[in-house]
Amino acid sequence: MRIWDLHCHLSGVPGLTPEERMSQLLRYADRMGIERLCVYMGMKWSQDPAADDLVKQNDEVLRAISKHPDRTFGFVYVSPKHVDTSLAELERCVAKGPMVGVKLWVAERCNVPEIDPIIQRAAELKAVIFQHTWYKTMGNYAGESTPAEFAELAKRFPNVPLICGHSGGTWEIGIPTIRDCPNVSVDLAGSDPTAGMTEMAVRELGTNRVIYGSDSGGRSFASQLAKVHGANITDESKQAIFCDNLRNMMLPILTAKGIKA
Amino acid sequence: MNRRSFLHQTAATAAAALAAGPALHAAPAAEAKASGIIDCNISIGHWPFRYYRGQESSEILTQCRLLREKGLTRGWAGSIEGIFYRDVTQANDILHERCTEYGREHGGARLLLPAFTINPTLPSWENDFSQCVSVALTTERVIRLHPNYHGYTLDDPLFLKLLEAATEAGFLVQVVVQMEDERTQHPLMQVKPVNLKPLPAILKKVPNARVMVLNANRAMSMTALQDCPVWLDFAMLEGVAGIEALLKDWPLEKLVFGSHAPLFYWESAKLKLQESELSEKQLAAITHDNAARCLQS
Repeated sequence: MRIWDLHCHLSGVPGLTPEERMSQLLRYADRMGIERLCVYMGMKWSQDPAADDLVKQNDEVLRAISKHPDRTFGFVYVSPKHVDTSLAELERCVAKGPMVGVKLWVAERCNVPEIDPIIQRAAELKAVIFQHTWYKTMGNYAGESTPAEFAELAKRFPNVPLICGHSGGTWEIGIPTIRDCPNVSVDLAGSDPTAGMTEMAVRELGTNRVIYGSDSGGRSFASQLAKVHGANITDESKQAIFCDNLRNMMLPILTAKGIKA
Repeated sequence: MNRRSFLHQTAATAAAALAAGPALHAAPAAEAKASGIIDCNISIGHWPFRYYRGQESSEILTQCRLLREKGLTRGWAGSIEGIFYRDVTQANDILHERCTEYGREHGGARLLLPAFTINPTLPSWENDFSQCVSVALTTERVIRLHPNYHGYTLDDPLFLKLLEAATEAGFLVQVVVQMEDERTQHPLMQVKPVNLKPLPAILKKVPNARVMVLNANRAMSMTALQDCPVWLDFAMLEGVAGIEALLKDWPLEKLVFGSHAPLFYWESAKLKLQESELSEKQLAAITHDNAARCLQS
């Protein structure tokens, strides 16, 4: 099967430089049969990064992917707390640079109106848009979005494909929360390999709205691949989740950039 | 073929299948026909908050057959009912019956080894324990403890008393640190992981005790269990190439295969063997030999 990983980081990977970490991550990916990796955020994270930190982290990702353009895709890290910088980073890293997607994390909830220009510009560039979401039983971070807040955003942009990160973490609640947003796909990454997760996502959303990702290096590739390899679904569905759904979502921007995939 | 050469052969088969790893676009390792895996961390029964394939009695045999096809040769099975029932002996009876049932289906091939539950906070736990002593084979004695669900800590005198009794009767003691990520727990049942920090001191009081810690993550084992003579599984070990990284700080002979199936996809544990670069000797130790030895020691 072809496997593309939607959700990788430089954090948690051995190596002193972004280049070393990317090479190491690819070495592990090779062991697992993973063809391409989407990478976002730098070597040291901040939940609420300052504007210059966003730029620094994106610089690290640009360095990391530069040596492996045939294997890696960069997503630009942006924040609705720094709209001007985020729009500038979209121009630098996506419009004029090699990146093909957008990563939004936990600095600010995703239903705030400040996020709209970022989504609008990303959509114009055909960039893949990824928003972290969680439903944590003991409570979210102050700026951490829930799938319900993500659904609000999705309904403001019904024609823009969006990805609900982690399927909301507590996926039994996250998946049905975004069911009625046909422009939203879910990312399987970054939670325990709890049996039944993928089957529920396929049942509730259909195969074409489910995308494999790992959240490596903090997570194991293995535990996240197991969510698809071990699921009681057809091989055709597994192939769609492992690669085809993400590839189809990326093809417009890849084609525009002349990237073969 | 004697037992030792059988172990070597099955472990070598597993090693060859797993060490080779996939070429790009290769068939998934989950489908590889490795053999010789003893899984020290599986469960039987109904988890109250989620359905799992294999939780119904009628499904267990089918699930066992599937796991055998994927390479499992032995599973140490705990009782999910044992976590929740106050009548622990009833939970253990059900577990024993289910494990025995599979043996009958397979002409005595005992795929499932019951890991009986004991809750030392219950008034008659010594009687529950006596029941386990009476049914467990003398060579294969395992109990599985859930201190966080049963409401005691590892520095509680009750734990020490149970550990002494278990050691005296020749039982290996499994301590389950957690069943589920706190972040995804049902709001009506929020259970913090077991604090492992008292364990090294307790083990000095019972030096012959055999203890295996299940479902610990890397931070837990590194902060609380350094130089602590316990076995560890890797069902909840995360991070890229996690086993390879763990073995830089953890003795090979103290690491065993554990999947936390059926609550977790079984493939997670198996694929972790592929993600790390492991020698044939390491694979044999982790997948089979260490578990077999800790039962015998």
